[in-house]
Amino acid sequence: MEFMQARKFKDNAREAMADRNLQSALAQLKGGFIPRRQEAADRLPEFDALRDRARELKDHVLANLDVYLETFEENCRAAGGQVHWCATAEDARAAILGICREAGARTVTKGKSMVAEEIHLNGFLERHGITPVETDLGEYIIQLAEEPPSHIIGPAVHKTKDQVSDLFLAHHRQYGKTVRQTEPGAIINEAREVLRQKYFDADVGITGANFLVAETGSTIIVTNEGNGDLTQTLPRTHIVVTSIEKVVPTLEDASTILRVLARSATGQDFSAYTTLSTGGRRDGDLDGPENFHVVLLDNGRSAMLGTEFQDMLRCIRCGACMNHCPVYHSVGGHSYGAVYVGPMGAVLTPSLEGIDDARHLPSASTFCGRCESVCPMRIPLPKMMRHWRERAYDSGASAAMERWGVDIWAWTARRPWLYEAGARLAVRLLKRLGRGRGRLRRLPLAGGWTRGRDFPVPEGRTFQEQWRARRRAARPAP
Amino acid sequence: MTGTADPKRAAVLASIRQSLGRGEPSRDARRELDDRIRRHKPNLIPKRGRGSHAEQVERFVAMAESVAASVERLTRDTDVPAALAAYLRRHNLPMAVMLAPTDWLCDLPWDTQPMLTVNSGRAGDDDVVSLTPAFAGIAETGTLMMTSGAAHPTTLNFLPDHHVVAVRRSQIVGAYEDAWDRLRKERKNGRGFDLPRTVNMITGPSRTGDIELTIHLGAHGPRSLHILLIDDDPA
Ligand code: SF4
Repeated sequence: MEFMQARKFKDNAREAMADRNLQSALAQLKGGFIPRRQEAADRLPEFDALRDRARELKDHVLANLDVYLETFEENCRAAGGQVHWCATAEDARAAILGICREAGARTVTKGKSMVAEEIHLNGFLERHGITPVETDLGEYIIQLAEEPPSHIIGPAVHKTKDQVSDLFLAHHRQYGKTVRQTEPGAIINEAREVLRQKYFDADVGITGANFLVAETGSTIIVTNEGNGDLTQTLPRTHIVVTSIEKVVPTLEDASTILRVLARSATGQDFSAYTTLSTGGRRDGDLDGPENFHVVLLDNGRSAMLGTEFQDMLRCIRCGACMNHCPVYHSVGGHSYGAVYVGPMGAVLTPSLEGIDDARHLPSASTFCGRCESVCPMRIPLPKMMRHWRERAYDSGASAAMERWGVDIWAWTARRPWLYEAGARLAVRLLKRLGRGRGRLRRLPLAGGWTRGRDFPVPEGRTFQEQWRARRRAARPAP
Repeated sequence: MTGTADPKRAAVLASIRQSLGRGEPSRDARRELDDRIRRHKPNLIPKRGRGSHAEQVERFVAMAESVAASVERLTRDTDVPAALAAYLRRHNLPMAVMLAPTDWLCDLPWDTQPMLTVNSGRAGDDDVVSLTPAFAGIAETGTLMMTSGAAHPTTLNFLPDHHVVAVRRSQIVGAYEDAWDRLRKERKNGRGFDLPRTVNMITGPSRTGDIELTIHLGAHGPRSLHILLIDDDPA
């Protein structure tokens, strides 16, 4: 059985490597993000000094996290906002549903939020009769494709332009758009037109937050498209879904980290839109939401404080670590089978979900050290991956995986890292791809299996269980 | 969900304290952190955020143009209506503008432009061009800072296809921190200061890199950002 699985994995991995769409998208990512970040860093002589200051600043915040969160809450409330403390993902979903129900919401628009992904918000809202509409272009694309994000700042980075053209043609007929657009400008324009009305129709707008400012009780989003601003300005209620480690003391502190964020993420000096939201609409305001809610999630983060994984809480979700990761470049984000992918995901996911479930992720590394060298917050990612490996080894969680490696090795000898990446990642693939939904349109590692049919998402945890489920599903549909 | 009696709030805070290996912070420790906030000292301001005001103005223009904003210099604010009308003609846009309802903009000599339809208020979906003030222009990245309020609805910054911004030379500052200082001063109150509902820091027109990582302008927000830089402060 295990031999079969290993052999089958080889086929899948080969297919992934031969997936021309995926590989061309990944090549573009490598050629785009790496030089752009370098150029942005070179343009600012103080860039590395700013990274040091950003690290010190965030360490100071983490050592005083309780106080800064209390100060944030006090100032947010003074400005008319409400803060909802949530220990778990379930708490956060319940809080959001409560606010949506209070607002009588039927549809909600959403700006890009990794915390919303983390708590699997879309599937949950749908099950409760509320339609979430993603408005970030990348998020919108993968929502149509019914796939999870494959990158924390470019969720649809695995999609080629042609694939987007096909998706839009298939989904936009209902809006009278029957021409398959192939020019990027026309594709973007079509999404703009379709989504415009959604902003006006939504009862609630949900965004994430890059920062919470204790001094003012503000939340900050950093975007390029302007979708987050329309999402939070037009509906009556604005919900910010965020997590506890995002707080900074002052506007000056936020400015320091902002100076390294966009440069590390997209190679821009500054993103097009950096927006501070403080409470709801004021007397005399002609627009803006009346209600302002901040859903503040812990979900395992507080338990990372004081451990060898505390440094991970400095992460500002810029994506530089995955943009520079040879494993990510080869297998893409979906292979990680987790919401948070790449090196940062390999460290964060076991912390949030437990090492048993995510034991293979910390091995998705060649330990080349590039992630740490580009991380604006100077997070020692390889060291922390090593810590997780040790923990997994100590707990015996990795034993079964080792056996597969022997078989795979012969084939991966030319690319030893692939064994690390693929063997340990494939386990999580199926479970996560479904994003809380029941079916998949496409599996990145098994395009041949799903070309003609949807794929039911298994609930199981182990590779064995998932594999059996997958083989069952691959037979003609009942 | 609010107040100290909330058990979830207590649980999160207790978990943080337990992991940090300490109990509630002492009053002195809290005071120290409050003081840090009250002092709000800048950390490290890059050199490009410093320099003479004249240098900052030049940098602001260069940086804004580098992110695909266009900048036009005017010598008087009374030139704004003619400049706006010319811009609309140049770009083949409808001769209509939605103004931010501030006295400064509304009282400009719009009657010199009889072909132009001028309204003021929040933006709707049909408004193609808006004209707003800015609170500040920040040289280090060519960023405009907008503050929401009765005189500046946020929708004007995002719904129209074309956003025109009138900003005076004297409003240009070097670094983000300089803009925060001005904002704190202007919005002083009994508790210190308050921020408006929305502060938008806008750097160029809307864009996306979500199609094959190539940057395209005009994603969901304005397709163009035109800055009228008014010379109230001759160098
Ligand atoms: S770990 Fe560092 S490089 Fe990776 S996303 Fe977080 S801050 Fe960015």
